[in-house]
Amino acid sequence: MSSASPSAPGFCRDCLREHRSTQRRCVACGSPRLVRHDELYALSIAHIDCDAFYASIEKRDNPELADKPLIIGGGKRGVVSTACYIARIHGVRSAMPMFKALEACPQAVVIKPNMEKYVSVGRQVRAMMQDLTPLVQPLSIDEAFLDMGGTETLHRAPPAQVLARFAARIEAEIGITVSVGLSYCKFLAKVASDLQKPRGFSVIGRAEALTFLKDRPVTTIWGVGKAFAASLAADGIHTIGQLQEMEEGDLMRRHGTMGQRLFRLSRGIDERPVEPESIAKSVSAETTFNDDLSRPEELTAHLRALSEKVADRLRKSEHAGQTVVLKLKTADFKLRTRNRRLESPTRLADRIFRTGMELLDREADGTRFRLIGIGVSDLSDPALADPPDLVDTGATRRAAAEDAMNRLRDKFGRASIETGYTFGRKRR
Amino acid sequence: MRITLERSNLLKSLNHVHRVVERRNTIPILSNVLLRAAAGDSLEMKATDLDLEITEGTPVTVEQPGATTVPAHLLYDIVRKLPDGSEVRLATNAEGTAMTVASGRSKFSLQCLPEADFPDLTAGTFTHSFKMKASDLKMLIDRTQFAISTEETRYYLNGIYIHTVESKGDLKIRAVATDGHRLARADLEAPSGSEGMPGIIIPRKTVGELQKLVDQPDATVTIEVSDAKIRFTIGSIVMTSKLIDGTFPDYQRVIPANNDKELRVDCQTFAQAVDRVSTISSERGRAVKLALNDGSLTLTVNNPDSGSATEELPVGYESDPLEIGFNAKYLLDITSQLSGGEAVFMLADPGSPTLVRDLAGEEALYVLMPMRV
Repeated sequence: MSSASPSAPGFCRDCLREHRSTQRRCVACGSPRLVRHDELYALSIAHIDCDAFYASIEKRDNPELADKPLIIGGGKRGVVSTACYIARIHGVRSAMPMFKALEACPQAVVIKPNMEKYVSVGRQVRAMMQDLTPLVQPLSIDEAFLDMGGTETLHRAPPAQVLARFAARIEAEIGITVSVGLSYCKFLAKVASDLQKPRGFSVIGRAEALTFLKDRPVTTIWGVGKAFAASLAADGIHTIGQLQEMEEGDLMRRHGTMGQRLFRLSRGIDERPVEPESIAKSVSAETTFNDDLSRPEELTAHLRALSEKVADRLRKSEHAGQTVVLKLKTADFKLRTRNRRLESPTRLADRIFRTGMELLDREADGTRFRLIGIGVSDLSDPALADPPDLVDTGATRRAAAEDAMNRLRDKFGRASIETGYTFGRKRR
Repeated sequence: MRITLERSNLLKSLNHVHRVVERRNTIPILSNVLLRAAAGDSLEMKATDLDLEITEGTPVTVEQPGATTVPAHLLYDIVRKLPDGSEVRLATNAEGTAMTVASGRSKFSLQCLPEADFPDLTAGTFTHSFKMKASDLKMLIDRTQFAISTEETRYYLNGIYIHTVESKGDLKIRAVATDGHRLARADLEAPSGSEGMPGIIIPRKTVGELQKLVDQPDATVTIEVSDAKIRFTIGSIVMTSKLIDGTFPDYQRVIPANNDKELRVDCQTFAQAVDRVSTISSERGRAVKLALNDGSLTLTVNNPDSGSATEELPVGYESDPLEIGFNAKYLLDITSQLSGGEAVFMLADPGSPTLVRDLAGEEALYVLMPMRV
């Protein structure tokens, strides 16, 4: 970054040799990938983001694709999940409809996403992050915050060097590249990792934070999307610099708690800690159909399968939930969520499904849906779940049947037994 | 319509009827109260939510008979704020589009909706009619109301089930409510006229309103029943309600008959002890553990987040030692309804329903599902 005085510490990201000069290339290996920054060895909050994650994995597994524009996405519902950097040059972006992407880049190779593979690579990367520090807060399958504070003795190197070594290790062992952002807080670490992609390594220090943010658009601030940016623009606010000149009280009066966030983040103040393993607030599963569905019996089959998936996840995470939430997306992309609070928490597919069915009954009026999802929130201790019922004695028997099914599945696999709701239906 | 009446009379009646009116309504006229002044110097007020309707008459001076409907909560709030002892004058304009409320120096004008649009629930005939003392009806409600389920899924549990049964040669009228975790049952001698009435489920909201109307113990309540509706007449108040259209489960089979372990506790001492130890319990799982040994009961609450509590009570218990958990709130709900000094628990094992009743009376009994502790 800019904030490098002549005596600023630095090193070569390829051979890790220390540098304290203003040379453009490493004297040892000739690499131009030098990092220098006044605060380089004082910063410990990092954001690591894999570069074009899905596309990089596919290119790794098929070297023929290396120099071709590659788009991951499609299926019948064509949107772009990930575009490789070559495709991005042609203007392809994530979440773009596939036909538009192919208009922009007709020569692109399109591959359907193989989520299982990406998840397993994502896990490998995360495991390697956890070698660096226990304080890893995953944001998604391919990015995470790391708090490297206090690890210097362990690694016998300051965080910056450990991270550079880590990036090199990911390239060598997994075969994909990552970009690293290093700063003193989460907000700026995330901004930094985006500055120099792919294979980036960017540093934002305390001293430069204010000037760095000054000319950036307000959308740089986490939580400021299109709509909020528009409402700020209506007040004449476009850059973070303008926010820096405003009073906290004024911003809070105008925008509530978000105003406080604007005030603090615009000044580079972000005290949110890196929290490993965020506590789950809900457990859910959803599916997007290949073709829009409207017939209740088809929706029911999906609902049953998803309820079992949710129950399975509850079992694994040792949770029970008390509010059942049904999510539907209509063919014209309108989202409908309906929820119902139960008398007691549940961990049973049976109760989740039955409650979901009641909610679905009112919605399945011939409307065509493209997505259905079911989940539970209000998580609590499974010991309190599904108390025996005086009236519905059948519930106890259905619960016993479900436990038996689970034991069979644990032993012989998911497909070994299923209910009539899903039996014979084509599995997605 | 032009009438004059005492503020206190108007307020009392409005207080009864306006509660039926839901705060949010998609049908505008359901937000209104119907006012109908007849030549015989009486004003009839009526409010409904389409499931429940309350009508109340009050004496007025009628200058010109007529009828209209005005926003119920608004009228109630206005009358409530008028000074005590004042006189209120209600008058509609010639077109019937507005009604003025005048009292002393205050004057309000309210928008009206035509009386003809006001829905009427009273149609239909009743097959059975009988009278009960208000205190008896109140007793049936009080003993069972707390166990009414709020679970929408099982709508047929969202009320009190009233029916008649033969018990030891006598005909009884019986109220039952359950939410699946506990069950409450109360009996009274069947009033004449109730023989052969259909089993009915009175919805929770109706039960709640009824409870407020039966506060004068000596009053007589006339009850008329059909298989779809029920009507209560108490003095000048008439309440008509739809019934829950569903089948109440066969509750008799969940009442344990063979529980052999008997526990006798002094109701008040027991309730206070349960209340004390449950202070420590978490909001969600209010389980209290009862450990029974010869002649003694140890109550324990463990809350991993805050700590633990224990209390020992001398009790009447002579069976094998037993540990069983209950929801503290449910225990308190039941003990607060027991009228005698001593309560009897009939227990079987930690996983089976427990029976609770007064030592004195057979008229009310409770079933309680244990919790895992």
